Amino acid sequence: MIQTDLSNEPSQNFIQTFRRLLNRVQSSWKTIVVLVPFVWLLIFFLAPFFIVAKISLAELVIASPPYSKMIEWLDGGIITIKLVFDNFIYIFEDPLYARTYLNSIKIASISTLFCLLIGYPVAYGIVRSSRTIKPLLLFAIILPFWTSFILRVYAWMGLLADQGTINNLLIYLGITETPIRMLYTEFAVYIGIVYTYLPFMILPLYANMEKLDATLNEAAADLGSGPINTFIKVTLPLTIPGIIAGSLLVFIPATGEYVIPDLLGGGNVQMIGRQLYNEFARNIDWPVASAVAIVLLLLLVLPMAVYQHYQGKAAEGF
Amino acid sequence: MKYGRSRFLTIMLFLGFTFLYVPLILLIIYSFNYSKLVPVWGGWSFRWYYVLFDSPDVWKAVSLSLKIALVNATFATILGTLAGLAMVRFGRFKGRTLFGGMLVAPLVMPEVITGLSLLVFFISLKQLIGWPSERGFTTITIAHITFSLAYVAVIIQARLTGMGETLEEAAADLGAKPFKVMTSITLPRLAPGMFSGWLLAFTLSLDDLVIASFVTGPGANTLPILIFSRIRLGLRPDINALATIIILFVAILVAIAAVILFRQQKRDLLDQEMANLEE
Repeated sequence: MIQTDLSNEPSQNFIQTFRRLLNRVQSSWKTIVVLVPFVWLLIFFLAPFFIVAKISLAELVIASPPYSKMIEWLDGGIITIKLVFDNFIYIFEDPLYARTYLNSIKIASISTLFCLLIGYPVAYGIVRSSRTIKPLLLFAIILPFWTSFILRVYAWMGLLADQGTINNLLIYLGITETPIRMLYTEFAVYIGIVYTYLPFMILPLYANMEKLDATLNEAAADLGSGPINTFIKVTLPLTIPGIIAGSLLVFIPATGEYVIPDLLGGGNVQMIGRQLYNEFARNIDWPVASAVAIVLLLLLVLPMAVYQHYQGKAAEGF
Repeated sequence: MKYGRSRFLTIMLFLGFTFLYVPLILLIIYSFNYSKLVPVWGGWSFRWYYVLFDSPDVWKAVSLSLKIALVNATFATILGTLAGLAMVRFGRFKGRTLFGGMLVAPLVMPEVITGLSLLVFFISLKQLIGWPSERGFTTITIAHITFSLAYVAVIIQARLTGMGETLEEAAADLGAKPFKVMTSITLPRLAPGMFSGWLLAFTLSLDDLVIASFVTGPGANTLPILIFSRIRLGLRPDINALATIIILFVAILVAIAAVILFRQQKRDLLDQEMANLEE
């Protein structure tokens, strides 16, 4: 008896520990599910912003990396903390930056408006289509959104160039004799932003419109409301969450856009994303680049918070 | 919505799709142009495809981009699925607001800000603990996972909301523990969503230029970085050929994803009807 007990004990123990471990995993798995992505985002998404903030308060030095240290140990164990606000003062005093920020906001706003004017009727048209072609139309909207962003911008370089497709066509038709300059102008930047960001406008609008109750429109029609009146008084107010979500999904990234002003605007269109990249890559002035990023982030924090509020309401269409 | 389209909406649909597709179609047509000047038609030819296949730079960039995209998609799908589950199925937990904010912010954050912040983060980390010793594959992949997981989480959250909890509740009523319910009901039903999330993460990674430009190191050129450096100086017919291949490749991937999701939605409806019947 004793012998069998002894021989059984370790394996019994093992099974018990295994069971306990399994129970532990089963009861704490929820914590693991939350913690893994949470910690990842804290390290690789949130922490980097604090480092940018730190560098924006440093001085440019000729070293690698090219900024001064915030905290230094002096002899005798004294810590000095050095904060330099010069970069922010520089940005606020040099009119170039103010103009560039304002120009970015202007270009992003006007592009967003055009995306809305084109995207709204397209989204509404898809919602009103028959059940058989609706998934196909939706697929056709999503497809360009998945294909390469940079190649979509490149496609417009070919269309807008002095010897490009549009100018060739205009000259062939006799509308103009000399090519009209379109590439490397602000006009090209507008086209590029509207073109590449249009799906971001259509998808939240579609998701919002798809959930509307058709009986409301029928009720309005039964009560003698015309289609335009019904649209303005019923449909439009109900799609405001979609309009806000779509507009912010275009406006926020467009404000910081770098590739489009660089490729389609050349050196002629000043936008803050391009300015930031140049400070960082050409001038190797990381402290100023960081300060530019912090100011841009502060400008966009409010729109981002509003977007987070509305995205759950409208943007389930991805 | 039931009724048909007005003529105005049909015209707008037509114009909208023309606007979206004509530039891409022209881009593809001109890739078969013999002429060295992109917009001048010199007859049909595969000339630029041969030029493309003969350039080792392009192949190196393609293989680096594909490697990053594969690793990124896999990790982003795992992390994004966990995040989506946490947001939709776990009710309130500590830090949920911050977590939700960090999941939404990468979707709209200007890429120059994300790129710059990750670069200075990697450099500070290297000073602190000596890792990552060099920038390239590892740093680009980590950067891509960070924003891709947010997109995967959006897809997973939408799928979880759309799926409802009828089947899970039925399983719980029959005595299944929450962990068992998760592994044998929720996750299998989530598989198509995870698959399309994987594909989205894969294409987002292949597509990213700005963030990769910030966090890459010397010699590590991804495909978008290579394309960008070439087209900054103007139009190039070999880039048209490359564009055609990329567009067709992505279109096929997206079509596969769409078919799988569409089928799954039908099956979901059936499953839910069955569950309702049994109640």
